[in-house]
Amino acid sequence: MSEWRGISVFIEQDNGELERASLEILTRASELGKKFNEEVLGILLGHELDNLIREVSRYGADKLVVVEHPDLRHYNSDAYTETMAYIINKYRPRYLLLPATRNSRDLAGRLAVKFRTCLSAHVIMVDIDEKDRKLVTAVPGFGGNIVATVVCTNGKPEMATVSPGTYEARPSDKEAVVIKESVPEDIIKSRRIELIEKKVSPMPDLSRAEKVVVAGLGTGGDLELVKEFANLIGAAVGVTRPLADMGIVPRDYQIGTTGVSLRAKTVFVFGASGAPHFIYGIRDCGTIVAVNTDREAPIFENCDYCIVADLFDILKALIKELRGEVHA
Amino acid sequence: MLKNIIVTMKVTPKPEEIRFDPVTKTVDRSKATNEINPADKNALELALQLKERYGGKVILLSMGPPFWDQFLKMGIAMGADDAVLISDRALGGSDAFVTSKVLAAAIKKIGDYSLIITGEESEDGSTGQVPPGIAEWLGLPVVTYVSQVVDVAGDSIIVRRTIKGGYEVVKVKMPAVLSVELGVNTPRFPDFERLQWAQSEFKLTVWGIKDLGLTENEVGFKGSLTAVTELRELRPRERMRQFIEGSPEEIAKELVKRLGLK
Repeated sequence: MSEWRGISVFIEQDNGELERASLEILTRASELGKKFNEEVLGILLGHELDNLIREVSRYGADKLVVVEHPDLRHYNSDAYTETMAYIINKYRPRYLLLPATRNSRDLAGRLAVKFRTCLSAHVIMVDIDEKDRKLVTAVPGFGGNIVATVVCTNGKPEMATVSPGTYEARPSDKEAVVIKESVPEDIIKSRRIELIEKKVSPMPDLSRAEKVVVAGLGTGGDLELVKEFANLIGAAVGVTRPLADMGIVPRDYQIGTTGVSLRAKTVFVFGASGAPHFIYGIRDCGTIVAVNTDREAPIFENCDYCIVADLFDILKALIKELRGEVHA
Repeated sequence: MLKNIIVTMKVTPKPEEIRFDPVTKTVDRSKATNEINPADKNALELALQLKERYGGKVILLSMGPPFWDQFLKMGIAMGADDAVLISDRALGGSDAFVTSKVLAAAIKKIGDYSLIITGEESEDGSTGQVPPGIAEWLGLPVVTYVSQVVDVAGDSIIVRRTIKGGYEVVKVKMPAVLSVELGVNTPRFPDFERLQWAQSEFKLTVWGIKDLGLTENEVGFKGSLTAVTELRELRPRERMRQFIEGSPEEIAKELVKRLGLK
């Protein structure tokens, strides 16, 4: 058997919709590839992928391995796990990085056991050890207060899922060589899970939004003014965990450790107390404005502009001020 | 009619009560309140509702120190029929790989199952790796991030699963592993009388690794494939923390000016 070599990145797509975090990871992988002289391999599964192939091949991979099959159009835990296992066995990459999304975490958890190998979860840093070339990652735990440095001690490929927004996606001059692979039909057909129905609406990319307005429990779930204000300043809307728990908006809009980490230049936080798991999600943001009626709320320890007031009063005044500008 | 419905359960310290000692670089959980991992309560609630509709026996399964028995008894008081605790000193330091292996071995030993139901992830480690890991060890299909059971039809179960920006409905052959999304239902309160019974008479099953046919080298730090080499506190960066006072109108004007929102 050949040696395990190269850095592979699972390029997530679902029904032709690319998971942008894949490109962030690919960009990071190409930096590491250059530094450690390892080939970078993108792995893309799906169906009718021409547009995606063109896009993905510009993000620093040396090779882009593509498996197209009608049954891979949508993510299927069984079909994807078996197809990935086949590709991994064929290419034997030393490292395998995936986005820390629902589908890729599902896939990674199965692959790690299948290959009896290490897997670091939702990491916020990926590196390779200079000396022994082991995969080194930073893993946040305990609600984001503590970060553990985790190394792979055994198994190949050395795996990690990387939190979306951790790295910046940058196109490169290099264009990947596209390799179309086909896998034995029974690998895809032996699945035990069948898709019956699917409903998705387009998601704003919160992790890349320049401005975000966050609604906390203090809004009581009334997002009308929050949305109006966000619209006026061209901001995306996010929520804290209690609002997502209440089911007012899908969890995709939740900011914090179990949700999205923001990188916005400006963030408004209305009616959030400032729990550590939420603060974690805004740690990398530029200017943070917080409005809360409680002067002692922890959010005021972690923002730039603190406003002790009723959030609805402030929202109304902001909207009025901004609208006045429009007419002036 | 469903057979055994095995619900995995973990006890986690409340994240906001965990302290970090920068000198010893260790995590101090001793002052933190322990609770049943929130998503595992949703998993148990889902299992109990399934049992009410389709029959079966709900069995709790946990891997942890002996004092976790009180939390398992809480689960019994919520309505679970039986509970198994895997407790062994050798298990200390187990990563998700080992945890899923040990749980899978216990599930095999319990046997006769239709479903294994877990929370989507634990609040402390939050890897979400254990459910797909268990499935792979047992050679079962897994559906992660389940929000709802639609129906049980013959040897299959139809569930709704949360995906980016929406949901999908999938049909999966049983036995299967389901991981349940946090907050998808309201876990019932423990029944007071049942709790008293659980605390005084209920006998929980405790297994060590030998009972599962595992050796010390396969579990704990030794069996893990990842190692933590350093812990550090993630401190949010210092912020200006400047209070802006005045009437809402004055504050709004000031914010619009300072942030260049015009």
